[in-house]
Amino acid sequence: MPVEVILPKVDMDMATGRISSWFFEEGATVAQGDVLFEIETDKAAMEIEAPASGVLRNVTGKVGVDIPVGAPVAWIYAAGEAEADAATAVAQATPPAETAKAAASALDAGAQACAASPAAGPSSCTGSPDGAAVRASPLARRLAREAGLDLLSIQGSGPRGRVVEKDVVAAKQGSAVQPEVPVTAAQPATAAAPAISTPVPVTPLAAPASDDQIKRLFAAGSYEEIPHDSMRMTIARRLTEAKQTIPHFYVTVDCELDALLKLRAELNADAPEKDGQPAYKLSVNDMVIKALALALKAVPDANVSWTEGAMLKHKQADVGVAVSIPGGLITPIVRGACGKTLSEISNAMKDLAARAKAKKLKPEEYQGGTTAVSNLGMFGVKDFAAIVNPPHATILAVGAGEPRPVVKAGQLAIATVMSVTLSTDHRAVDGALGAELLRAFKGYIEKPMTMLV
Amino acid sequence: MAAPSLAADTRDTKNLPFLYRHYPREELLGALRRMHLIRKFEEGAEESYMRGLIHGTMHLSIGQEASAVGICLPLTREDQITSTHRGHGHCIAKGAEVKRMFAEFFGKTTGYCGGRGGSMHIADVSTGNLGANGIVGGGIPIAVGAALTAKRLNTGKVVVSFFGDGANNEGAFHEALNMAAVWKLPVVFVCENNKYGMSTSTERSTAVPNIADRAAAYAMPGVIVDGNDLSAVAQASHEAVERARRGEGPSLIECKTYRYRGHSKSDRNRYRTKDEIDEWMANRDPIERYEAELSAFGIATAEELEAVREAVRAEIAAGIDFAKESPAPVVADLADYVYTEQN
Amino acid sequence: MDTAVRELSYSQAIQEAMAIALEADERVILMGEDIGVYGGAFQVTGDLIERFGPERVIDTPISELGGAGVAVGAAVTGLRPIFEFQFSDFATLAMEQIVNQAAKMRYMLGGAVSVPLVMRFPAGSGTGAAAQHSQSLEAWLGHVPGLKVIQPSTPHDVKGMLLAAVADPDPVMIFEHKLLYKMKGPVPEGHYTVPIGKAAIRRDGKDLTIVATSIMVHKALEAAETLAGEGIDIEVVDLRSIRPLDRETIIASVKKTSRLLCVYEGVKTLGIGAEISATIAESEAFDYLDAPIVRLGGSETPIPYNPELEKAAVPQVPDIVAAARDLVSGVR
Repeated sequence: MPVEVILPKVDMDMATGRISSWFFEEGATVAQGDVLFEIETDKAAMEIEAPASGVLRNVTGKVGVDIPVGAPVAWIYAAGEAEADAATAVAQATPPAETAKAAASALDAGAQACAASPAAGPSSCTGSPDGAAVRASPLARRLAREAGLDLLSIQGSGPRGRVVEKDVVAAKQGSAVQPEVPVTAAQPATAAAPAISTPVPVTPLAAPASDDQIKRLFAAGSYEEIPHDSMRMTIARRLTEAKQTIPHFYVTVDCELDALLKLRAELNADAPEKDGQPAYKLSVNDMVIKALALALKAVPDANVSWTEGAMLKHKQADVGVAVSIPGGLITPIVRGACGKTLSEISNAMKDLAARAKAKKLKPEEYQGGTTAVSNLGMFGVKDFAAIVNPPHATILAVGAGEPRPVVKAGQLAIATVMSVTLSTDHRAVDGALGAELLRAFKGYIEKPMTMLV
Repeated sequence: MAAPSLAADTRDTKNLPFLYRHYPREELLGALRRMHLIRKFEEGAEESYMRGLIHGTMHLSIGQEASAVGICLPLTREDQITSTHRGHGHCIAKGAEVKRMFAEFFGKTTGYCGGRGGSMHIADVSTGNLGANGIVGGGIPIAVGAALTAKRLNTGKVVVSFFGDGANNEGAFHEALNMAAVWKLPVVFVCENNKYGMSTSTERSTAVPNIADRAAAYAMPGVIVDGNDLSAVAQASHEAVERARRGEGPSLIECKTYRYRGHSKSDRNRYRTKDEIDEWMANRDPIERYEAELSAFGIATAEELEAVREAVRAEIAAGIDFAKESPAPVVADLADYVYTEQN
Repeated sequence: MDTAVRELSYSQAIQEAMAIALEADERVILMGEDIGVYGGAFQVTGDLIERFGPERVIDTPISELGGAGVAVGAAVTGLRPIFEFQFSDFATLAMEQIVNQAAKMRYMLGGAVSVPLVMRFPAGSGTGAAAQHSQSLEAWLGHVPGLKVIQPSTPHDVKGMLLAAVADPDPVMIFEHKLLYKMKGPVPEGHYTVPIGKAAIRRDGKDLTIVATSIMVHKALEAAETLAGEGIDIEVVDLRSIRPLDRETIIASVKKTSRLLCVYEGVKTLGIGAEISATIAESEAFDYLDAPIVRLGGSETPIPYNPELEKAAVPQVPDIVAAARDLVSGVR
């Protein structure tokens, strides 16, 4: 029996993934453990190893196409093992009309792979136009078909992610507030929007206007349609969820930066040389990370995560730092930031940011964390409020440090001032607690030497 | 056929063989007609097969006509038989019409089985034939069952079970003969020993020299007759049928005979010599022997014999025409007769 | 019809049915090994020989093939034999007559005859009789057009279905699980029939359909009661007849419950459950399935002697409970 190579789930909430590149070609001999291909998830690239040794065949997993988790992407045959051709026959026997229909549905990566590749592996490709690659019970398929719902848009709760009756019922109830533009069988959504790819489950609680409704507001040809990639869909889903389910509360404070900037300049000037370069170059953000971590240590009740059953009170402060990357953002985490020196934090951040941009982060490097920092100061932003990124209970939005008039001892003076806004999950961190946390943070920022002891 | 009587016959028959003493001239000529019908029917079927008008295969009994006709001579229309895969002769001997047999061979709705049975399952139930059988020995226990019915319902019927030499090595043969004897049933077992079970000779397949010897194991009479001698066959049958009708139980008759054709249409005759076949055809042909006797005993002239042959040729030709012209079954009726239709 | 209803055992119900048939119709005879003064290996014929005599309650030699053939010949020519195989396993010796002759005779002869034959097959495991006396071969015969194959599960049904079989113009094969013989249940007096080819819903439910045969009906009902305590509501369909198959009842039930579990004692592979599953997969009920179809059948082994092994070789109540629970709770 050939060994199935599947698109593995490498991320907690991953429903689909894209292969960014194959390292072996059809027919190549591979050894167990060889890196076969790389998956681009919404957050990172993962290298996937061969599950067995043998000859790689029926490579159906196309590069750059959303593939459901668990779907076969190739097969490894033992040396001398006859290649199964049943699936080939099935694929070739797919009637042209269905092939066209399936191909039109760019949503359905599995069906596309089945129809497009005559060398489809010995999987259960059925050529089914409505989602061969989706695990769904026949009942769920029928209910979805009758309701005009795309199975790919429904998160399955059954075994191995199978969409079952109750998932479709829930999805229907979710979209019940949207009376217009029912998608009928005669006018399938796939045919109406052939190029749109919405592969990642999005289950809107209150559905916004439909795609068609939005598009009708603009003249045809006045815009370019850019398909969502998986990162965009994950951002959309997670932030919608966060903003809709977390009661946000905001606290803003101004911090004077002059002492911090002076200390930073001194420390950077004194940085030892390493390989002809300074061993570190601290940024204001590195010091913000450290200050926030120390503030959480000082106000441990704010270093929490909300769960329905209990409050998780964390023993160390892991600070996520939002890093803008092409097409989106990612939040790598500086773990145990309290215990790290500024130079350690600084160097860690440089490494994480570089690998984030290259999509080389491992899941454990961006999953979890107890708080986050989002800094738009480099864009001259004075102040803004960020969305809490669960499981965090807080996020600190950092504006630009700029000279501002301040009053000191009844006198007008000029100081470098940075406004920060703490967003809290009010279920976990009340207003006063948030204010207490910010006071502690401000203390570290304005007396930066305290961060060094 | 029933209860032959010589009352109207003025011939002096007391020194003639059994057949001529017991049956009137009309019945003797009727027996000749049936022997010819069997042979011409099978020749016509064979020709139709070779012309591609008949599919499947067939097992021809040409050369064995005296056995079929002689055994059936003492039977009434109500008496019953079970037959074999080589059963066209039994069917005709028991009274079936050749035109409906041809129609069955041609797979037509007018055939005895509505085109569902073909050569191997041909039967005219209305003349007491419970069916040819594709399973060697398959009909023997069924005949015993029919005899059980006759005894239980006291119908007075006798049942004849035809089978070949091959069947005498089937378990069903032994089980059936045993039960028929234990229960004293009105059944006559007729083994048409044509020397070969397909290709395997009785010498190579059977431990006893004569199949009739097996009767001893079941405490019933075992009779060996020249199966190509119509009178001898009719006499053996007459005695066994009368015994059965008297409630004295079953008998086993072994008719030693020979089939001229191969086992079936695929037979290449590798297991016997051409000399052997020629010897049987030249010197022991049952129809020639019977016609010679009819002439010798002054029962029919050459012209009268030719008239019988001519009538048979006409009946065969008409039968083939009937079959060709008959309607074929419609596919929609495929499932008819699987179960008894109940309204 | 006003008739008294008593408690009878399954074997008493069979005997009563046979007595009624013998009484009503001179053409009815019983045939089998040791069914006379011995009363049958399972005492099903009992003392019928005393009431109807050895001419009608016929002990056959140990000749299953010949005996079956005699029954076929008798049926074709006007009797209505009820033929008992001492154990259903012994029917293997008679397959020729059952499959080639009884089942096909009417068809081969273009409708010129009928074969009103009833055959009874004591079947199933649980008696410690091991591999050659414990099989469930009903699916073998269920594969043969021309036969009707039934598996009554209650005393009431076995009497009514046996009388229906005697009245039926075609060969009817009755598979009687040996462990049912002593089971008691209400049986009306007198003549009545239970139609061949109609399944019975033994328990209404909405979460899962269990289609079961013979003794497995009772095990399924027991499992359903256990699961009712967990809030799982199971419908139990007693197939009763495997040829003809009551597809309508099964399909309607699965459309209602969206889940199907097949439970039968015959070997699982290529068994009745495969046919039930395929029936649903091919039907409009497919679009109502919310979980995979699951089969519980006999193990892929001969029936062993050791009692623990023997139990393990066929589905038991805990197996049914577990499978049903998994199906309803979404584990499968």
